[in-house]
Amino acid sequence: MTGNNLADYLTLGLLMFSIGAVGVIVRRNPVVIFMCIELMLNAVNLTFLAFARYMPSSAPASGREASFMSGQMMVIFVMAVAAAEVAVGLGIIMAIYRLRKDVDVDEMNLMSG
Amino acid sequence: MYNLLAQTDGNGLAKRLAEAFPPPTIDWPSILPIALVVCTGIVALIVEMLRPRQNNNAIIGFSLVGLFFAGLSLTSQFASPDLESFGGMVLRDRFSLTIQLLVVMVTGLTILFSDGYLRAKRIPFGEFYPLVLWSASGAMMMASSKNLLMIFLGIEVLSISLYVLAGMSKTETKSEESALKYFLLGAFASAFLLYGIAFMYGATGSLHLDAIRSAWNPNDEAFRNMMLFGMGLMLFGLAFKAAFVPFHQWTPDVYQGAPTNVTAFMAAGSKIGAMAALWRLLSASTTNVDLGATFQSYWMPALFWIAILTMTVGNLVALVQKDVKRTLGYSSIAHAGYILVGILAHVNNPEKVGIGTTVFYLLSYSLMTIGAFAVVSLTAKNGKEGTRFEDLHGLWKRSPFAVGCLIVFVASLIGIPPTSGFFGKLMIFNDALASDLMPLAIVLAVNSVLSVYYYVGIAKAAFVDAEGARTPESAPMNLGLAATCLLCAGGIFAVVILFNPLMNWLVGAP
Amino acid sequence: MTTFTVLAIVAVLAALGVVLFSSPVRSAICLVVNFFVLAFVYFILNAELLGITQIIVYTGAIMVLFLFVIMLLNLGGPQAWKERREFRTVLGFGFGAALAGVIASQLITHFREHSRPFADDGYGSPQAIGRVLFTQYVWPFEVASVLLLVGIVGSILLAKRKL
Repeated sequence: MTGNNLADYLTLGLLMFSIGAVGVIVRRNPVVIFMCIELMLNAVNLTFLAFARYMPSSAPASGREASFMSGQMMVIFVMAVAAAEVAVGLGIIMAIYRLRKDVDVDEMNLMSG
Repeated sequence: MYNLLAQTDGNGLAKRLAEAFPPPTIDWPSILPIALVVCTGIVALIVEMLRPRQNNNAIIGFSLVGLFFAGLSLTSQFASPDLESFGGMVLRDRFSLTIQLLVVMVTGLTILFSDGYLRAKRIPFGEFYPLVLWSASGAMMMASSKNLLMIFLGIEVLSISLYVLAGMSKTETKSEESALKYFLLGAFASAFLLYGIAFMYGATGSLHLDAIRSAWNPNDEAFRNMMLFGMGLMLFGLAFKAAFVPFHQWTPDVYQGAPTNVTAFMAAGSKIGAMAALWRLLSASTTNVDLGATFQSYWMPALFWIAILTMTVGNLVALVQKDVKRTLGYSSIAHAGYILVGILAHVNNPEKVGIGTTVFYLLSYSLMTIGAFAVVSLTAKNGKEGTRFEDLHGLWKRSPFAVGCLIVFVASLIGIPPTSGFFGKLMIFNDALASDLMPLAIVLAVNSVLSVYYYVGIAKAAFVDAEGARTPESAPMNLGLAATCLLCAGGIFAVVILFNPLMNWLVGAP
Repeated sequence: MTTFTVLAIVAVLAALGVVLFSSPVRSAICLVVNFFVLAFVYFILNAELLGITQIIVYTGAIMVLFLFVIMLLNLGGPQAWKERREFRTVLGFGFGAALAGVIASQLITHFREHSRPFADDGYGSPQAIGRVLFTQYVWPFEVASVLLLVGIVGSILLAKRKL
């Protein structure tokens, strides 16, 4: 891990993504689950940027400039999406907390067949 | 480390960028429908602001007029040539126009019956209408692009609005819980979808779906694996959104907990969007170059089994449900399986089998699903709502018209001729046979028989006399709901009567 | 040890902290550290505008929102993991390990020698991004504004007590 080849960045992204996925599955507090999802989104952003900088594809279909810029554009829009998601998601958590004073996803069993 | 462009522009990056990114060609008509729907939402929001705490008739009027004009601008473009504008971000072809038209129709039908229900449920928020419109614009964006960035943004606009709408009934714990569940799983699925897009980008160097075909090379292990992981992760994310088994667990809970009109929109609009994106992805990922293995030979078996599981599990679990909305939720999972069979049949053999079947099925599915949910929404009164089978009892006496329509919807969901549901299933069955997917055709036929039991149960519940005080008096029939029922029931027969001209017009093939 | 190695180790430890700390406040602090370190990884990748955006949007805005909600809901106290969740914990770690193992062994290992930069050094500058954002990506840019509008209206609808 020296930071001068593609594999290092992809590995860091993969580790963060996997840790985030584990967190989503094992944690029970929705705020923490949501943080883990943000972690996953950041891992994806890092992967996009790593590919943009060290694109392994030798002959991209759409020209070199278009190729490395589109990865960066994706990162910008993922950030915008994350911002909107955070606003709405925390709004939902607030609303549910007002109703039940505890926000454990496992305690939610009102709905059943 | 900190190299600003101006200081290190030795190799003329600025100039090359200016050449590679000229001002894009702009074709206004192809974004006009989406722009109209978004702007209608903004106008609806302003109207709400100007007349707070009054009835929502003005907002509904504006929304319907806006949707009408969006539909008009879509229909007027059917004669125009296919074209990609805005730097490849917006695509106008027949598929995108038909799907957008479907979304506009679904939104209009949902808005039409929402007012009575929201008032009966004591949540008459004017914000509902702009959010539904924006959500619809998200589904339209998904259908009208071949760029993964736009498809992703479309999914997010669609989903984020739906998260809010699912939690709109703020005094009901189950509504909030369904919103939270939907939100967390939806965001989780988005992350997987994005990770898949990242690998696909790494393999192809582009976010455009057309690049997949030219980049496929099964002999280069690194690139083959990258595209396979990309595809797998993207399908994982999309399967969540489209509620395929085994990624369906959220569906019944969310469908049950969300307000009924939101559920109707979710079941129809969001499914249309997800299926459109899935079709775009799958049909771009088919290769028949002579390099050894084709791309579809890797993902086709997985989707084959997912289709079988989705149809079977959806129907089997629906048999034991006691709640109408949950039953319809599982039924929508089963129908997603049928639609997937249609898509697979097309992708497996695009020369013989057109996409028209799937579009027709989506149309008839949206009509019957929205109709059925509209009738179920009649059980809400005085801020309370019961959606168990018992709560439908006695509906026959209170609103015979609604029950009459319910019978049509149920007949169509089962697939009894001469409803559109029958013809849709028959066509998917034929397509599956034509494209050598015999097992899928058989599973589809068996499942159609299985599903009769629970659908009849829904219709039967409406005819049983109400006894005991538990059943809440349901809301009176209102004009909007009657109109929705009439349009949906009429539409179910109309698409059958006008079958040939409709197919020609939708698909453009003789 | 290069700068990247240090940053990567800190980022992974912080990510582990988010998952393993039982107190949401500690998780949030770890997340801040992770986001902040990631911004410097972006700088190493020469994506300076995105690095700065990362600090402003994530470390600045999003994390403040998280902490705000944690404080408002009074979730600060540690919530011990209950033993009966054993099965799901195993499932979660198994899933994560499998995901990481498969992708690392089948995919990333192929790029260990791949160290030739593809993009120009100045590809992450504001000029370059502005040029692209307002030509080819102008329609997604407009769509992002719809997305943020949905976020604003939606969170107001959810959070307001009475409408």
